[in-house]
Amino acid sequence: MITINDLHFHYGKKDVFKGVSTTLEPGHIYGILGKNGTGKSTLLYTIAGLLYPKQGSIRVNGFAPGSRQPGFLQEVFMVPEEFYLPNISIPDFVKYYSPFYPKFDRDAFYGFMKSFDIPAGSLLQGMSYGQKKKVYISFGVASNASVLLMDEPSNGLDIISKGQLRKVIAGATTETKTILISSHQVQDLDNLIDEVLILDDTEIILKQNLDAVSRKLLFKISLDPEDLKDALYSESILRGNTVVKKNEHAEESRVDLELLYKATMANPEKMKSILSLN
Amino acid sequence: MEFKETQPIYLQIADYVCEKIVTKAWNAEERIPAVRELAVQLEVNPNTVMRTYEFLQQKDILYNQRGVGLFVAAEGAKNALKYRQSEFIQKEMPSFFRSMVLLQMDVSDLESYFKKYKKSNP
Repeated sequence: MITINDLHFHYGKKDVFKGVSTTLEPGHIYGILGKNGTGKSTLLYTIAGLLYPKQGSIRVNGFAPGSRQPGFLQEVFMVPEEFYLPNISIPDFVKYYSPFYPKFDRDAFYGFMKSFDIPAGSLLQGMSYGQKKKVYISFGVASNASVLLMDEPSNGLDIISKGQLRKVIAGATTETKTILISSHQVQDLDNLIDEVLILDDTEIILKQNLDAVSRKLLFKISLDPEDLKDALYSESILRGNTVVKKNEHAEESRVDLELLYKATMANPEKMKSILSLN
Repeated sequence: MEFKETQPIYLQIADYVCEKIVTKAWNAEERIPAVRELAVQLEVNPNTVMRTYEFLQQKDILYNQRGVGLFVAAEGAKNALKYRQSEFIQKEMPSFFRSMVLLQMDVSDLESYFKKYKKSNP
């Protein structure tokens, strides 16, 4: 469980967060969306205890991340977008780093290596960025830390590996784990995310469960120009228009994260008021 | 599995499960894949598969044996067929009919094609 209360953060004079408060619960995969520079990575880093709030507080499993107590560190794993791995073999990496994570599952880790087609004895030295990333993500998932933070995990992965990544993340999801993923490549992970957070202009402008979104909004491909009249957002495509509108007749549709994001950016206040209705 | 654009994922997974049951790939009283197993296979959030399984239990297509797992109901195939038929009539037929009207075709024009199709896909 992650509780963020009145979080303020800035880099020099540039404000990133001005009073963000939210609660993130286990059992979900949170997708963090936002333009470049809106604080997606900063949010992950403050939860991981790698950056400190300038004001306000964060609690992760009852710990203040910035204190970096062992009880906190063994339950949190962060996969940054840029990272360094030492020049050693995979088995040595496991040997030296897994003792920090008491629930580390060695069999699961080597299972992931196999599904990513990485020979178990490989040297980290000389691996491509994508391969190193697969090792890092596999290690993070196998750590069984209850908080898993991933910054753009699909970046640098080829098409096949993206599928493998989705399988690894799907298998990692349990009732006791809180998974946060920042991504600007929404379509890579959209069937995994069940809660969405949209960051913009120093705040969380939207935090919603996708089942709730699907009850309140209708996403459809429409050939009927009438649908455009009361659309909250629309885009014209070859077959007509993709439309986001209020779900007035309890229809069921698949939430299109990209459209939800664009609709929210186009009119945050309206989207907030519609989605906050019960 | 390729997901379609507009249908909610949990219902698309329900279609997938129903197809397994209707085609007897999964038989009555047989245990079906656990939530996590199917989530990994389909690369989706396990909560979504959970929702599918709950939905199919309400339709008496699956039943839950506590602590053991989920099974295909005795009348599962019959109920799955009934559910898929009504979905087909409500969701797929209108757009098919729309094309037929647009292309000035009648139901009688389809018969020979349908017979041919059934012959080559027994």
